[in-house]
Amino acid sequence: MRISRKKLQHLGIHAILILTLLAVAFPIYYAFIMATHTHQDAYAFPPILTPGDQLMPNITEAWSRVDMSVVLNNSLIIAVIVSIGKIVFSILAAFAFTHFKFRGSWFLFPLCMVTQMMPLPVRVIPLYQTMANLGWLNTYRALTIPYLASTTGIILFRQFYMTVPEELADAARVDGASPMQYLRNILIPLSWTNIAALLVIEFVYMWNEYLWPNIVTTASDMRVAQMGLRMLYTSERGAAEWNIIMAGTLVIMLPPLIVLILFRKQFAQGIAMQTTK
Amino acid sequence: MNRFPNHRILPYGLLLPSLTVIVVFLIIPFGQAVYQSFFRVSPFGRQLRYVGWRNYLEMFQSSEYLFSFQNTLIFSILVIGIGLTISLVIALLTTQKIRGAGFYQIAFIWTYAMSPIIAGVMWSLVFDPSIGILTHAIAGVTGYRINYFTDTVAAFILVTVASVWVMLGYNICFFVAGLQNVPHELREAAAIDGATAWQTFWVVTFPMLSPTTAFLIFVNTVYAFFQSFGLIDVVTQGGPNRTTEFLIYKIYRDGFGRMQEGQAAAQSVVLFILVAIVGAFQIYTSTKKSVYNR
Repeated sequence: MRISRKKLQHLGIHAILILTLLAVAFPIYYAFIMATHTHQDAYAFPPILTPGDQLMPNITEAWSRVDMSVVLNNSLIIAVIVSIGKIVFSILAAFAFTHFKFRGSWFLFPLCMVTQMMPLPVRVIPLYQTMANLGWLNTYRALTIPYLASTTGIILFRQFYMTVPEELADAARVDGASPMQYLRNILIPLSWTNIAALLVIEFVYMWNEYLWPNIVTTASDMRVAQMGLRMLYTSERGAAEWNIIMAGTLVIMLPPLIVLILFRKQFAQGIAMQTTK
Repeated sequence: MNRFPNHRILPYGLLLPSLTVIVVFLIIPFGQAVYQSFFRVSPFGRQLRYVGWRNYLEMFQSSEYLFSFQNTLIFSILVIGIGLTISLVIALLTTQKIRGAGFYQIAFIWTYAMSPIIAGVMWSLVFDPSIGILTHAIAGVTGYRINYFTDTVAAFILVTVASVWVMLGYNICFFVAGLQNVPHELREAAAIDGATAWQTFWVVTFPMLSPTTAFLIFVNTVYAFFQSFGLIDVVTQGGPNRTTEFLIYKIYRDGFGRMQEGQAAAQSVVLFILVAIVGAFQIYTSTKKSVYNR
């Protein structure tokens, strides 16, 4: 039997991709294995690489060592507020930049883009002082409001709104629709893919935030998921209870993973839109 | 661009929410950081003392700072270089005409949902001195047991590998999207003219991809400079011997741990300038008359 050169090439590509995929997935698999064993089995040598039956007990244990329901609840609240807020703010701004002519837009658009260059850590100390002066420490306001402007969001919606045919707005105007009615009844229903893409980006981003929440919260009932994970890791690291650490890790990584998997198509399309001009 | 000509005030109203946040929580605090970088908190009480350029001068004379600066640059270059190379190769392979290409394109996406802390926790298990599977493997081959608590090279490799890993999903996704925008005709034309796959890649594909590459360099720089904070804080705390005390971690320690606000503010300004340089490069690459006049 003779295998064509092309077929051989394809076989090689599949082999490389599958091996890379396995290598990339390995740390998660290993973490999962750890989470299903007792402390003793986690230390077995040679290491056990098949799942055990201790997953639920380990999760229960991790749950009680950090106040898991509190940190998950806080992260969920701030991730949802910031995602929705950023989507609304970006849609409004992108609508202004694409559908109106106004004085100062040459200056205001770059101003919105420049924010990308000032990630929160660059202004963290004065921003902390602002929060302290406003009395916002240990509140959801400190954890959400400073995040609400989004360069990514404005770009994402602007790219899309520029491609919407002008006749649509003209027709709406002739029918006597106000700009806000046009936005609500025509533009937004066309934007669901972008909205879902931005939802994924911002939900994942907020769920994984650590530096800022770590600085503006001291009260134990305001802690977020990543802080919970740090506490679990540093307190159990001494005793090396990897089974408990990994059970907690699995719980904390799950929500953004679910959001990403649910909207993976829209996320990929949103990225494709960002890269076209 | 002007589809509602009779509304002059409305656009400002639409921009108001975003602009308020930008001015109050971005521009003003940043201005304050620049201002503070010329002051110091006196040892007695909360009084500010003007010190001119002293915070900057002492910063660049401090061996501690220069060491952090150097290690941050090495770390960023490794994360960008290794991460983007692997991602581009995978993206190129998944955009070939093979069966299941769509599956592969989605299959790598999920590392995007992982936080730097989760990446750090998972990889610190792989590198764990007593039970890590990599430690066992290396000990099996060389007889040497790596220990990232004491071994600076091992710690550096650990944070680099975890960072490259966590960025893979995002990078691959962008490269796949970028590659799908490269017109097929161009590659086919090159092939007809007798170019090898290697030549076609460097002459056609790679230049056409430059806006995507520039964008990813920017995003990965931001990751290496800022997002890596959680990973460092949880896994190495800057150690061993300050090897992984990157600039953002040092700002945090000086600003909040040692209460040296002025010095930390000066470091923030320098960090901003570094990010701005990379950002300007990205904007330049994506707005200049595109390669081959697309």
